[in-house]
Amino acid sequence: MKDQADGYVTADGRQIGPVVMEMKNITLRFGGVEAIKDISLDIREGEIRAIIGPNGAGKSSMLNVISGFYVPQDGEVWYKGARRAPMKPFQVAQQGIARTFQNIALFEGMSVLDNVMTGRLTHMETGLFWQSLWKGKAEREETANREVAEKIIDFLEIQAIRKTPVSRLSYGLKKRVELARALAAEPSILLLDEPMAGMNVEEKEDMSRFILDVNDEFGTTIVLIEHDMGVVMDLSDRVVVMDYGKKIGDGTPHDVRNNQDVIDAYLGVAHDD
Amino acid sequence: MAYKLVSADGPQSVPALLHRNAKQFANAPAYREKEFGIWQSWTWSQTRDEVEALALGLLELGAKEGDFIAIIGRNRPYLYWAMMAAEMVGAVPVPLYQDANAEEMAYVLDHCGARFVIAGDQEQVDKVLEVEDQLTQFERIIYLDPRGLRKYDHSALDQYTAVQEMGRKARDKQIKELEARQAKLNYDSTGVMLYTSGTTGKPKGVVLSNRNIIETAKSSSEFDGLRQTDDILAYLPMAWVGDFIFSVGQALWTGFCTNCPESADTMHVDLREIGPTYYFAPPRVFETQLTSVMIRMEDASRFKKWLFDRFMKVARKVGPSILDGKPVGLMDRLKYGLGELMIYGPLKNTLGLSRVRVGYTAGEAIGPEIFDFYRSLGINLKQLYGQTEATVFITAQPDGEVRSDTVGVTCPGVELRIADNGEVFYRSPGVFVEYYKNPESTADTKDAEGWVATGDAGFIEESTGHLRIIDRAKDVGKMADGSLFAPKYVENKLKFFPNILEAVVFGNGRSECTAFINIDLTAVGNWAERNNIGYASYQELARHPQVMDQIQSHVEEVNASIAEDEMLSGCQVHRFVVLHKELDADDGELTRTRKVRRKVIGEKFEDIINALYDGSPSVSTVTEVTYEDGRKGSIAATLEVRDAKVFADNRKKAAA
Repeated sequence: MKDQADGYVTADGRQIGPVVMEMKNITLRFGGVEAIKDISLDIREGEIRAIIGPNGAGKSSMLNVISGFYVPQDGEVWYKGARRAPMKPFQVAQQGIARTFQNIALFEGMSVLDNVMTGRLTHMETGLFWQSLWKGKAEREETANREVAEKIIDFLEIQAIRKTPVSRLSYGLKKRVELARALAAEPSILLLDEPMAGMNVEEKEDMSRFILDVNDEFGTTIVLIEHDMGVVMDLSDRVVVMDYGKKIGDGTPHDVRNNQDVIDAYLGVAHDD
Repeated sequence: MAYKLVSADGPQSVPALLHRNAKQFANAPAYREKEFGIWQSWTWSQTRDEVEALALGLLELGAKEGDFIAIIGRNRPYLYWAMMAAEMVGAVPVPLYQDANAEEMAYVLDHCGARFVIAGDQEQVDKVLEVEDQLTQFERIIYLDPRGLRKYDHSALDQYTAVQEMGRKARDKQIKELEARQAKLNYDSTGVMLYTSGTTGKPKGVVLSNRNIIETAKSSSEFDGLRQTDDILAYLPMAWVGDFIFSVGQALWTGFCTNCPESADTMHVDLREIGPTYYFAPPRVFETQLTSVMIRMEDASRFKKWLFDRFMKVARKVGPSILDGKPVGLMDRLKYGLGELMIYGPLKNTLGLSRVRVGYTAGEAIGPEIFDFYRSLGINLKQLYGQTEATVFITAQPDGEVRSDTVGVTCPGVELRIADNGEVFYRSPGVFVEYYKNPESTADTKDAEGWVATGDAGFIEESTGHLRIIDRAKDVGKMADGSLFAPKYVENKLKFFPNILEAVVFGNGRSECTAFINIDLTAVGNWAERNNIGYASYQELARHPQVMDQIQSHVEEVNASIAEDEMLSGCQVHRFVVLHKELDADDGELTRTRKVRRKVIGEKFEDIINALYDGSPSVSTVTEVTYEDGRKGSIAATLEVRDAKVFADNRKKAAA
């Protein structure tokens, strides 16, 4: 079923498209440390792809390679059918990949709405001059962007905290605001770095619901790193397992759960090297 | 429009009123809802068009006259329109409580045999689908918010806007039929069916005719001088008769604007933004608001606190008199004016009550301190007494005659009678038609002459003509020595203390009264925080010795005040426990409108009641609890039984 290049339909009726991003033999080094060792993986359009692995396995580094923030020393990244050259930070932002961070990176002093609006920055065309004059196009543009931001606020049910400064919010809500900001960029790929870390069961359930809804309503491709196995197995279509910078498993949640290497990595077996 | 629905006596149905407003107040706002951060609004003529489109769509879907159409969701203009559209096609709208679980919903949907359900969102759709198999006449669901519903099987599911679109397309084909159906509606046709929350047994479907709705809306609007330019905030359950009369009945009659909040969480912000001029809230809401104001004042700087205390003293002294238009000295007036500028005005603005001209509370007794607090700020808060069977209004307090311990004089057109056992009976144009499919209950409640038993015991004060309610008639009993037992009267006195959220008093047929008490976690928790008392849960806080001491002092204070009442002095609370769990509607201990279910509580906590009477110093118990998602668990606890001081019985002393 998954061999079809054009994609397939999942059991719950979601359309999964062709491969949108392909990483070929990626190796990433920081000085002498090899964070990622010769890993290949692909991401299909519309799927929820999970990256799991023990601490220090290189998951966040992998996410940074996908976003284009890190440039691997070896290997190729193919995005939307073309090989991706190293980019400048603003180009990274413009390619349609948005992310949330493991340690929340919001503007604490600003309101939720303003934080979400920053996610629209890449969609603003008027420059500083017109925006400070606040006339004509700049005004219309802000109205349009506010509308998108409000739809996302409605979608994530954070209307009640719209004008609350982020610093006053609970951890779980901050995570949701971060998701809102990432969504405001209307990304085609959304990278979530441990979206549920430190949450209680109820908050996790809410977040899972939102992740599924985002994927469902907007057709956004989602790549997520998560430690809660229950969540990963429930949410994702395909899972990559990493350990010490290497890929030790890749497939459906079912395949991965029965993979001996994965079981060893999680239960702890002496390493060769 | 070619409608000729308005007879010589005025509009005879809800749709007729809508058409009248669409013409008369065409461009005035009728409904507003905050969505995407902006107040979206619809004028009366737009509302008429929206309702008509939906009604035409319902015709296309095959809605027949006499069908029942259930409506479930939070307060949204679209759902109010759905009720009107249902009436347009000759069907009967049945709004349901949105927090009802699937089982409760199944009973009601099956009882009325609803063919269509108009649901607010996925949550409500899921509940209906869950019980679909138990429903015999159910056919289709129309949903409002498409989120999460995209992949559902749409063979029996339609989106609200799609039905409207279908209706607009079929306008030419169906408009004649729609007009004909509306022309058939008159004062005697059914306007709405509302299920009572059912303190005892299964809910009953109260059928209200157009006469009930329109006559009540008319007389009550005149009673309070409601205006077309008024604004209300619709945030109470749509299934409750009050919301129906305020947001549909009176709104249509006077043409004022109904505002719907963005979500339940944003209610207070939305209240501030709208600043309603006509406002209803149950005592609980006023109580919570006052508690939060007081807590915030405790945390305010010393100067602000001083200012607040000083001016509140002035307000308490002269505020209510100024509101009632009674003579007040010049100096006091000046002080009050200064207070308005510095404290009352900003406070009312924060509460969202700056513009309130007519405010009502009802449903439960309101504490005199709470009531006086709002009135002293210059908010015209009044009480009314009503029930679903009366289309709300039985008695209400006219401006200038407001007190916290009465429920007012009879509303225009209402007659009142007190039976020998103290039960209150009434007769009015608002008296319901019948309980649907339940002639026995109808006959039990309403006699051949149209007198309806309220089930409440009360008396009319001779000096003022105001009605005073003591308790539910069936709860009023006799103590072992034959003196009167009125549990609710005592419970209300207990609940007036901010620390006590809920109280249940026992004693019928016994020689002494005893009580269960629930502490208010917000108030007591805040006190604990300020006094550095650590606690992990409700249960732990509830059995803290200092908390027990406080509750004991409250109980004794209540005993002292009851001892002064000659009829009820036997109801003093001799012993009490603070319960280990909060009484909850999910566990069946309260109704959805948060009224105590005595029988259920009596059976469930029998062991604790026994301990209250056999003199044991403590009792161990295990209680089953139901979580919001329907799972069950249990709580085990050991409760301390405390004795409270009782006071000499004045009545006996007087006799001796």
